[in-house]
Amino acid sequence: MPSLSELRPGESGCITAILGQDHLCQRLMEMGLLEGEQVEMVTVAPLGDPIEIRIGGYLLSLRRSEAARVIVQ
Amino acid sequence: MTSNPPNPLAGQTEPRAASAAGSHSSNRLVVALVGNPNTGKSSLFNALSGLRQKIGNYPGVTVEKKVGSFTFAAMQFDLIDLPGTYSLAPRSPDEMVAIDVLLGHQPGTAKPDVILNIVDASNLERNLYLTTQLMELGRPVIVALNMMDIAQNKGVVLDPEQISQRLGVPVIPMQAHRGQGLQELKSVLARAETLQPPDQYPHYPEPFTREVNQWRSELQRQRPEMLAAWPVEMIKRLFIDRDGATQERYLSQVGPQAKAELEAARARLQAAQCPIPQIEARVRYGWIKERLQGCVKRSTEKTVTWTSRIDAFLMHKVWGTLTFLVIFFLMFVGLFLGAKPLMDGIDAGKGWLAARLNEWMEPGVLRSLLVSGVLEGVGGVLIFLPQIMILFAFIAMLEDCGYMARAAFLMDKIMSKCGLGGKSFIPLLSSFACAIPGIMSTRVIENRRDRIATILIAPLMSCSARLPVYVLLSAAFFAPFGWWVPPVVIFGMYLVGLIAAPLVALLLKRTLLRGETPLFILEMPSYKWPSPSLVLYRMVERGWAFVRRAATLILASMILVWALLYFPSTDENGHSYDVQVAALEEQIEALPAKEKATAEELKRLEDLEEQRNAMLQCWRTQSYLGRTGRFLEPAFQPLGWDWRIGMAALASFPAREIVVGTLGIIYDEGEVDVEDEQARLALAQKLKNSTWDAGSPRAGQPVFTLSVALSLMIFFALCCQCASTLVVIKRETHSWRWPLFTFTYMTALAYLAALATYQIGQWI
Repeated sequence: MPSLSELRPGESGCITAILGQDHLCQRLMEMGLLEGEQVEMVTVAPLGDPIEIRIGGYLLSLRRSEAARVIVQ
Repeated sequence: MTSNPPNPLAGQTEPRAASAAGSHSSNRLVVALVGNPNTGKSSLFNALSGLRQKIGNYPGVTVEKKVGSFTFAAMQFDLIDLPGTYSLAPRSPDEMVAIDVLLGHQPGTAKPDVILNIVDASNLERNLYLTTQLMELGRPVIVALNMMDIAQNKGVVLDPEQISQRLGVPVIPMQAHRGQGLQELKSVLARAETLQPPDQYPHYPEPFTREVNQWRSELQRQRPEMLAAWPVEMIKRLFIDRDGATQERYLSQVGPQAKAELEAARARLQAAQCPIPQIEARVRYGWIKERLQGCVKRSTEKTVTWTSRIDAFLMHKVWGTLTFLVIFFLMFVGLFLGAKPLMDGIDAGKGWLAARLNEWMEPGVLRSLLVSGVLEGVGGVLIFLPQIMILFAFIAMLEDCGYMARAAFLMDKIMSKCGLGGKSFIPLLSSFACAIPGIMSTRVIENRRDRIATILIAPLMSCSARLPVYVLLSAAFFAPFGWWVPPVVIFGMYLVGLIAAPLVALLLKRTLLRGETPLFILEMPSYKWPSPSLVLYRMVERGWAFVRRAATLILASMILVWALLYFPSTDENGHSYDVQVAALEEQIEALPAKEKATAEELKRLEDLEEQRNAMLQCWRTQSYLGRTGRFLEPAFQPLGWDWRIGMAALASFPAREIVVGTLGIIYDEGEVDVEDEQARLALAQKLKNSTWDAGSPRAGQPVFTLSVALSLMIFFALCCQCASTLVVIKRETHSWRWPLFTFTYMTALAYLAALATYQIGQWI
């Protein structure tokens, strides 16, 4: 299954897992990235990193390395 | 957890909140203001407390303590503004402040009687995450449902009344930046004493609660003295925040062996279907979803708001980059040019006052102290105000309209190459105008290590005070090679800092400031018009904070250098240099101006000026600073400098541009005004003609060769000869350690670079 960082702008998916047990995993979940949520890749920064995503009704930016922890379907 | 057994030691869980306990009786209520970033918290804080604000610091951390107060319905409210946060899970001692204040564990801060939680109505679910954490702290919670207008624009329909019933806490709809809902909020606050702590909130599964209680009873048995500081809420955080600040504090109190026990407890929880850290988010969001069921309606699942449309443009490869460059070019030009007239005004005022003092007072120590020490010092403080206020106006505007997060987004990739994040961009850019506002603006960086790394490299950016040094030397020594050479040399000096800064940052992040890479999970707030009153507040607040905190130290350093240059103030016959110079000045003044003078008068005038300059030179040379310069000459020689240059560099410690004036005095040109081109050219000529003193191995040879000029410029590009910068670093980091470190590493770097420049120059 692909990770959130592999989606292309405009594509969206359903979160199936957040990998890891550390602070990053905690922060991602605190920000609303939970299993079962719909997430959309909105755009990529001109230099290729970070990325902007839409989750629920709001926009978040995160680095690709961080988005790689979010597995989507 | 409602299922927690009653705590036998409940009375002791408020060890340092004695002042708060008394507040109930005296119509005084302590309110803690908490909320996510970008929820309009500052607007609400300002709207409630107006100008009755105090800014201080929490001990031991770099977090600013903001307290405001207001009265309503014969009640006095003390409002504590806590830093914006998405969660109470602390990663660093800085983030620990929020939970410590809320639990009444923060020394010197009264325990809040009520928690005022501001939430973004357009983004309710995510904001309520923090709310559910607040609900468990055993204090009444009031929810200010802000940005109702933006929610409406986004097509979000919600009913505050219904939400209040579902959550079990008062919910007040608001538009804080317009002052709407303020009266309602105040009247709810006025009856806050009758409010009870929330009785409904998310419940962790039974195994989790059991583990927490066991841990606490164990603590009670083994370390009863710790129980007060470790209530149930803290034990929960201890379990969930793996390797977080709570764990760090716990281990520091009981010893590192507890880590294994902690991991064992976490492993048991994992086995009992309570994985750490996932359990918290699942429990809280689960509860929020259940409670909000049917309360919040979005008109369509994917509303294309104008925020997304603006983003499509502002994040665009071409247009986005272009807009970014234009915005920050304007900011930079504003800093440079906008501040110029104000700074000139301050300079003119200083000059006028100095002239008056010289008129009214007899020459002597007191006059010199007032004119060259105090007045220069006060002027030296005020001179920074225009740039500080302009920069913070820009920052407040960019933050309030939502562009700041986008700027960090666009710059993150570049900045992360030197181990920093996107938010370091603005402080570093502003440092090209002046490091003082730049360092002050690092407050936007949440991560402490990133912030300190940014502060430490900010003074490497070539600020406007270095320009006079560059201009003087490049015009004197490089102009003969062609009109285009001096600008290229000056540009090269800017590059020196630009190349050194990322290298130093990388080195720092790998050594002194090593640690996990900070996360870049950032909310991109909705765009909105910046609120003029908020922008004004920030300008005034920052300007005032600078004056209040930095003024005395900057003044003191100016006076110190004045004294080192002034004393000893008498020649070998016991005559005061000061009085002699003043007498010569008086004679010069008495003569007609150069243009109108007869040949004889002109001769006399030049004669007197020569005498005065010789006197000044003699005075400075034998001053304590001059003696130090001579003493240190062996250290300067490898750079190609004689003691004069060395002394000028030493004397420029209060501010870099002083070096030009000091060179003027030492090279017998009188006090050279940086702005005066004629005087500068005359000084340049003097520098070119100067030779090594008799008695030195290079006696008679010219001092200033190309490589000496370059070595001096490079030294100034990299050194930290700026007392104000060091003072501001002290103020921002709350320790002398970092300014000392900055001064040491920059001086060492500057020395080595100047050494290399000179030696390579000699060799070629």
